[in-house]
Amino acid sequence: MNPFAELKPALALDEALEEASRCLYCYDAPCTRACPTHIDVPAFIKKIGSGNLRGSAATILSANVLGASCARVCPTEVLCEGACVLNDLHHKPIKIGQLQRHATDWAMSHGMRPFVAGTKQPGSVGILGAGPAGLACAAELLRLGIEAVIYEASERPGGLNTTGVAEYKMTPEFSLREIAWLVEAGVEVRYGSEVGITVPLGELESKHDFVFVGVGLGSIAPLGISGDRLDGVVDALAFIEELKMERSRARVGKRVAIVGGGNTAIDAVTQAQRLGAEEVHLIYRRGPEEMPAYHHEVELAKQASCRFHFLVNPSRVVGEGQVSGLELQRMRLGEPDRSGRRTPEPIDGETFVLPVDMVIAATGQKARALLDILPGVKLDRGKVLVDERTMQTSNPRYYAGGDCVSGGQEVVNAVAEGKRAATQMAAQLQQLQRQARKA
Amino acid sequence: MADLKINFAGIETPNPFWLASAPPTNTGDQVMRAFDAGWGGAVWKTLGDPIVNVSSRYSSVDMGQSRMMGLNNIELITDRPVEVNLREMREVKRRYPKHTVIASLMVESKRDIWHEMVKRAEDTGCDGLELNFGCPHGMSERGMGSAVGQVPEYACQITEWVKEVAKTPVIVKLTPNITDIVYPARAAKKGGADAVSLINTINSITGVDLDTFTPRPDVGGRSAHGGFCGPAVKPIALNMLAAVVQDKEVRLPVSGIGGISNWRDAAEFILLGASTVQVCTAVMHYGFRIVEDMIDGLSNYLDEKGFRSVRELVGRSLPSVSRWEELDLNYKVIARVDQDKCIGCGLCYIACNDGAHQSIAAEAAHGRTKVSIIEDTCVGCNLCSLVCPVDGCISMIRVDEGRPPLTWKEYSQDPKAHPHLGPANGH
Repeated sequence: MNPFAELKPALALDEALEEASRCLYCYDAPCTRACPTHIDVPAFIKKIGSGNLRGSAATILSANVLGASCARVCPTEVLCEGACVLNDLHHKPIKIGQLQRHATDWAMSHGMRPFVAGTKQPGSVGILGAGPAGLACAAELLRLGIEAVIYEASERPGGLNTTGVAEYKMTPEFSLREIAWLVEAGVEVRYGSEVGITVPLGELESKHDFVFVGVGLGSIAPLGISGDRLDGVVDALAFIEELKMERSRARVGKRVAIVGGGNTAIDAVTQAQRLGAEEVHLIYRRGPEEMPAYHHEVELAKQASCRFHFLVNPSRVVGEGQVSGLELQRMRLGEPDRSGRRTPEPIDGETFVLPVDMVIAATGQKARALLDILPGVKLDRGKVLVDERTMQTSNPRYYAGGDCVSGGQEVVNAVAEGKRAATQMAAQLQQLQRQARKA
Repeated sequence: MADLKINFAGIETPNPFWLASAPPTNTGDQVMRAFDAGWGGAVWKTLGDPIVNVSSRYSSVDMGQSRMMGLNNIELITDRPVEVNLREMREVKRRYPKHTVIASLMVESKRDIWHEMVKRAEDTGCDGLELNFGCPHGMSERGMGSAVGQVPEYACQITEWVKEVAKTPVIVKLTPNITDIVYPARAAKKGGADAVSLINTINSITGVDLDTFTPRPDVGGRSAHGGFCGPAVKPIALNMLAAVVQDKEVRLPVSGIGGISNWRDAAEFILLGASTVQVCTAVMHYGFRIVEDMIDGLSNYLDEKGFRSVRELVGRSLPSVSRWEELDLNYKVIARVDQDKCIGCGLCYIACNDGAHQSIAAEAAHGRTKVSIIEDTCVGCNLCSLVCPVDGCISMIRVDEGRPPLTWKEYSQDPKAHPHLGPANGH
């Protein structure tokens, strides 16, 4: 059996029809409100039930052009499915994610377009980054008839949606296939185009009326402790990327410690276990209540026989050339910090060494260096500051969305932000046109 | 355990559950298996001059994921020789003397042919005869079935012919494909029938194939109307049953037919005056075994309600079946929502706002829709309580305004005396 097989496989036609028939067709539905892109969930499910799959897919894609990805990677348990009224009635919400996949899979395999480009309007937008935010922004602009060019620094589109999603949720092949589908519909991506290096900032600003920044975040910061460069200390995102992109090269230790309490840490746990690790330890400096990972993700880690170590913080990586252990400092919780969570404090003299041969850091990503060169775009602790209603930055010509603004959220949030920015830029362009005509 | 035995038009039957004349009673083997399963009686698939059937005979209407909410058929009467059927009928009666076997008959509208058929059927030892004046397809085009049932004079005439020679009770099976079923029921009575059974199937086209454009069932690119039955027809059957039972001229025992699938359905027919019920579609869907719950469920229900016999249930709801003009205009209910049970789906709001009387307010609260009843304008129509998916969440509460009962007849004599019912009051 493939250890990376999908946790939530495609529904067969009769399964989909039965599930669709359970939907109550709520009015002003909670699932739709809970979705950052506000997909009209009851409408698309009703259409599955009536056999109108084309219409169902159109309902989804008009709200969220990456609806096929989101059907697979969204934490539906805390979004649409978590909001489903049937949780209150008999504790079994509608499988909204899987129904969304049913409709969007149909669309992709029946020659349907993800969107239709609108009548050409004046104006052009340069988009930095071909991740979910940039792709959604481009698709929305094209739908509104506005030229959009995506500048992607790497040679591969999709960002973390391609390389950073746990394999049992979505494969990189699927992410790339979905993007190819958008490209067929008109999305233009220029690869190897790094602003400030291969694409001068001046050129970008002269070619485009607006710039959308959707560059995401960089690699995970080193642990910053003695021994953090030893062989066997890796970045969780690099670990997951290698596993997804070059499975045959991917290696995992026998005893693995994963440092961090977020969803990326959980992904590293489950992927390390599936790759063959005998012991997987999760190291988190606060307690179980403070973990930022979703409850349903933590359950997956428990199913993967993960051993949780709470209130401990790595103080030293032990080993000579190669990792042989991780020294952990016991912690206690002090006063709440800015985020409202209680700050962990070390307990003097209480350390111990966990014998491991691999340490995976999942402790938060660094900001992209590129952000520092964008003129007049203000940052706050490495995140781009925007007006959340418009996604406009402190430089009116620059908009931004996705992880470089949020510090790391879901694909669906990035899509919503990219789309919101596109709508705003389009409105601005229209206004500029009107002003030009008057003058 | 309550007594389920009943006497129907002189026929003593072990319980009120009979199989209707249809495919489940096509052969002696089927009928014997049905009796073993617990069925009290069986009306044999209609005997007559053997016919030839088409292939592709049934089609259905589904509701959501529930199959066969309604079933349509274009099958005709038995396609097996009369003597084979009669031999099997005799054998069944010999082996199951206490069970009820009814011969269903349909022959050409000639007196001597009917006489001959009645004698041959009764010679098997069957307990009674059912005259099929209801089949709406195929046979009607040959002047039989509903072609007889739709003309009261014909129905009366043939019933008379049968009664001239019949020694067992004669049941006339009525077609619903008529403006008022009471007229053929009266004709049956006039012709001397001992009982009536109703309803036969309703003329129907169940649907059209959206790819081939041919209605179902597709018989080589053509289709014909068939007879509709199953759960979907129950409300129509119940209404016709009540109309016939309440008619002062008919006054005959009635065997109820139409969408009966379980003991609850059966109890409803019995409450409205049927003393036996006949089942077909539910058996075609699930087999003879369904009778086990019908017997068990009905007898538990009778025990719980304190009835010693099913006979005490017959017609018990009839006093409350009245004409609209006899209803109390001063009776008032309004909706009440149990907020603890409400799941916030908003269905009652949109149903009331778009489909009824705009008497529910909605606001967003904690990601859900919070509803409240606007009591001043609520007319108590029940719609919200019907669409609500949560059991017991919306109830219709009696509002006693201290007014004496008032019928339409009384109101219309002096509307001004009842200003609270005027149009200005939101009604």
